[in-house]
Formats: sequence, C-alpha cells, structure tokens
Amino acid sequence: MTPAVSVSALTKRYGEIEAVRGIDFEVAAGETFGFLGPNGAGKSTTIKILCTLADPTSGTARVAGHDVVRERDTVRRNIGLVFQDTTLDSYLTGEQNLRFHADLYGVPKAAFAPRLRQVLEMVGLWERRGGVVATYSGGMQRRLEIARGLLHAPRVLFLDEPTVGLDPQTRVSIWDYINELKKREDITIFLTTHYMDEAENCDRIAIIDHGKIVALDTPEALKASIGKDRVQISTADDQAAIRSLAGDFGLDAAVHEGLVTFSVESGEHFVPKLFGSMAIPIRSVSVSRPSLDDVFMSYTGKTIRDAEATIGDRNRRMATRFGRSMGRR
Amino acid sequence: MATDAIEAVQPDLTDMIRVAVPERSVRHDLRAVSIVWRRELIRFRTDRLRAITSLVQPILFLFVLGTGLSRLASRGMPPGVDFKTFIYPGVLAMSVLFTAIFSAASIVWDREFGFLREMLVAPVRRWAIVVGKCLGGATVATFQGIIFLALAGVAGVPYNPLLLLTLVGELLLLSFTLTAFGVMMAARIKQIQAFMALTQLFVLPLFFLSGALYPLNGLPAWLTVLTRIDPLSYIVDPMRHAVFSHLTVNARALTSLSPGITWDGWLVPTALSVALVAVMGLAMLTIAIAEFRKTE
Repeated sequence: MTPAVSVSALTKRYGEIEAVRGIDFEVAAGETFGFLGPNGAGKSTTIKILCTLADPTSGTARVAGHDVVRERDTVRRNIGLVFQDTTLDSYLTGEQNLRFHADLYGVPKAAFAPRLRQVLEMVGLWERRGGVVATYSGGMQRRLEIARGLLHAPRVLFLDEPTVGLDPQTRVSIWDYINELKKREDITIFLTTHYMDEAENCDRIAIIDHGKIVALDTPEALKASIGKDRVQISTADDQAAIRSLAGDFGLDAAVHEGLVTFSVESGEHFVPKLFGSMAIPIRSVSVSRPSLDDVFMSYTGKTIRDAEATIGDRNRRMATRFGRSMGRR
Repeated sequence: MATDAIEAVQPDLTDMIRVAVPERSVRHDLRAVSIVWRRELIRFRTDRLRAITSLVQPILFLFVLGTGLSRLASRGMPPGVDFKTFIYPGVLAMSVLFTAIFSAASIVWDREFGFLREMLVAPVRRWAIVVGKCLGGATVATFQGIIFLALAGVAGVPYNPLLLLTLVGELLLLSFTLTAFGVMMAARIKQIQAFMALTQLFVLPLFFLSGALYPLNGLPAWLTVLTRIDPLSYIVDPMRHAVFSHLTVNARALTSLSPGITWDGWLVPTALSVALVAVMGLAMLTIAIAEFRKTE
C-alpha cells in the first residue's frame, strides 16, 4: 500500500533562515501521525510544503502517492486542511461556507447534500448550519473547519495546531471529534501540536526541533526509550535517605519539590525492594511513568516551554521580516 | 460544546458517504468561477450599508456641486442644457469607482482573515479565482451604477432604453477594468491600510483628470496631456457621447460639450476608446493571474 505521506531529504529555506533542515519520514495509510515541537521548529513549514502551499528548497515529498510539486492538483484533491488560523468567511453561514468549498473542490452535486449533513452532524453543527459564522464560538468555528476539511472525503487530513487558542474544555471536545472521525472515516490524519497531552492521541509522533526530526516512534516506545520511571519519596530524614540510596543501590537522588527524587527502571518493582532494605521510615511514595515532556527533554535537552521561550523570539523576528505573507499564503 | 453533539442525530457509522472528487476540468474551473462570483453577490446583498454609503458621494457631486455650480457654469452652457446633465455621465462613472476597487480590497481582507488560503489550496486553476473575483466586483459595482442610473431623469437624461443599455454596458466594462486593477494591486499589497491609502491616491486624480466635470477641449497643454493619460477619460467620453446623442441639442452645443478625445488633433473613435479600456482591463487581469500563480 502506498504510504499516505512520504518525505525524503526535505529542506526549506527562507532567505538566511533554514526552517526545515533535511527531514525524512513516512506516514502509513490510516495512521494518525503527529508532529510535535515548539513553535518555530518547522512544523507549519513542513505542512505548507505537504499541502502544496510552499515549494521545498530541496528534497521531495509525496502525499497520497503524488509529488507535491509536480502533481499539485492531484495532491490538492486528496487532502483536507484545517489551519491554525481560521480560514472561514465569517460573513457567510456555515452551510454557505461548505457549499463554497464543495464547488471549489468539484464535489458532485448529488453527493453534496447528504455529505453536508453527514459532516455537520459529525461535528454537531447541523442545527446551526444557517447561522452566520461570525456568531459562532471559537470551538464551533474550528469544528466547522474540520467538517469543511472532510467534505470532499480527502485521503489525508492535515490539522495544523487544531486546538491552539481554544480553552481546555473545548480542546477536549475537539479531540473527541477527531477520535470519532478516525473511527468513521477511512482517513490518514497528519497533525502538528505543541501540546504534549495531545500528542498522546497519535499512533506515532515525530519530535521536531530546529528543523530536524530528533525522534520518531509511537508515544509508548518513545517513553520506553527513556526507560526510567521517576520515584519520589517522603522520608523522616531526607539526607540520610539520599546517602542510603547512593550506598545501597548506586542511585543518584536529590531533593526536588521537597521530596527525595530519583529515576529508576521499572519503579513499581523497585519500591518493594526499597521498603525491604531502607532503615529510614518512608512516609509516602509516588512512582510516575516518563511523560512526553521527559521524552522531549531527553532528546532536545530542554523542556518544550524553554524551547518556546527562545524560539518564540526567533519566530517573531522572522514573522516581522516576511510580513504576513509567510503565515497566510 | 459536547452536549449539542450528543443531541444531534448521529449518522449511521457504516454508511460513510463516498465523495469522489473528479479530475480537474474546464467545467470544474467554471464552477469555481461561478462560486467565487456568487460569494461577492451574497456579501454585497448582506452589506446594505456599503450600498447606501457608496451612493452618497455621487449624489453629493450631482446635486450639491452640480446645482451649486450650475448658475456659474450656465454662461458656458448652450441654452436648454443643464450643467447636471453635462456632469451626469462622469458622476455615473464615479458611482462605480469606489465599489469596484473596494470589491478588490476584499482580497486583502480575505488574506488577512485567512479565507484567501481556502481558495488558494483548492484544486482549481488560479485564473478561475481571479476571474471570479473580477466578475463579482464588476457585477456588484454595475449594480451600484444601475441604482444611480435610476436618477437619470432628475439630471435631465432621458430614460431611453437604448441609452440605458449602452450605459449599463459601459459601466460593466469600466467596473471590470477597475476591479482588475484593484485585484492586481491586491496581489502585491498585503496590508489593508496600505491598500486603502493607495486607493485614495489613485481614485481622486483618476476622477478629476477624466473630464467628468469639464469638456476635454481647449485645456492648457499640461492638463491636456494628463487627461489623455487618464484611462478613465476613455470611458467617460463614450458615456457622455451616448447621453448627448440622445438629447436634442444643436451641433454647436454638441461639439462644445462632448468634443471627444483628440490625440494631437486626431479624434479618437468611440469604438477605439472603449476597446482601449477593455484591453487595459484584460492586461491587468493577466498580470493579476500571474501574480496569484506564484507560490512561496
């Protein structure tokens, strides 16, 4: 089966800035694939290339089996897009927006009405289809965009930061719709996000930083690759406990957040041993699995929030230089 | 948020409606032209304020300026011809000027609000989008002109069906060319403020140099040159020609008020004048299409 997306040695340069520095990956048909990285890491640029909105500087990319530069129209027919910024006409009604889309994509007239109902019901907007988009809430607009992206039954749906700018509750509901969609439609989903918790919804994740893919695997495998669980204990004498952990188990522990903290492989097996051997009374214990945050940190040497702080500045400078054309084309 | 999803009737899971998007064809491109055009009409219909406000300026020119200056101007006017009648064709052209260019400005808005991207990623040729936009702007502006055309009688212009038809045709051509000009600019100018400023810079000189308010003969040399450069002159003149050929005025009055455009003494035929405007419109449309074809 042809992969839904296949990218090889892809780069993109904007003047001096190398936004994408040679990436390779494949997305299988039916997969939900996530691009995780801080803002400015090259996620949106990659999506733009895959959607035929920008030409690569070098390398190739194929979507649904077609080259994004040479077979632009075929690629466009096979993809659906939901961008970070809204691309709805807020003066038109929800239904008018979708009708516009159907005509632009050449959706057969006979199929339009049933398909319209299906996608609008899927995102819970059927009843509100006659309302002018300007009267919709942010979450409703995003859902309408998802419905629109699906209207022409694309083989690959691109979601560029589908939940950015939405409140946490709405974010959760958007994800309910996306998960529902995976069940119902025979579709590949390619999404970008900088929210760790959202990346968990993906079958596989590529961690992208400074225009390069630094890790690519299932969320579980990525977390397992770090190996160690984090254990935090509260004891009667923290300093003695640290000495004992170092002496008896060879572990490097330290006090974080008022608790003795250390990393160990399979924490749930280690804790009984700890109770058995340590003389100092333990008041409480907690074992936590590595999160994607830990994964991101272990591959890039920083947390995603640190990365945002520095890259955010670079990004703003870039945005000023290229004006709005970069973000909007 | 989640509740309305639960309340909605869930479609059958097994019954996904298959939609096969066909291969791109000219028919498909024409469908795209049609929907882009229709969108302009829908937006014009919902924006009544714009329709009303863009009538204010021509009405001021015709009735306030026209009436105020008529006593002064009557000395130069042949008997039986109102100054308002004289300026009517020029003011009629003005009535579509702003609407046409502001229709093109909606491309800048669309870019600002992202809707342009929805159009640019669609599997249609870019020309279809640009042509749809220009036709939409032309239609909306012509419609605006037709509203103003209803006031013809007040300015002493007869409601002759042939005359009205000629004027509507000329308005359509003018509106199309103006929208193409606006769309061409909108391809390059990405900020709405800059677009508006540039519009102001162009529109008033275009209007004042077009001979909308004065005949194009016997002017000082510098002004003669400028009026001949102004593209708007080449449509105002045929419009005035149409109006005056339906009035009962003597030959001398006709030559003094609607002398036609001359190039170094050679009288430019009306047909050539109209053709010039059409060619300019098509040229700007071509440039606009080329601009929108570019990718990052």
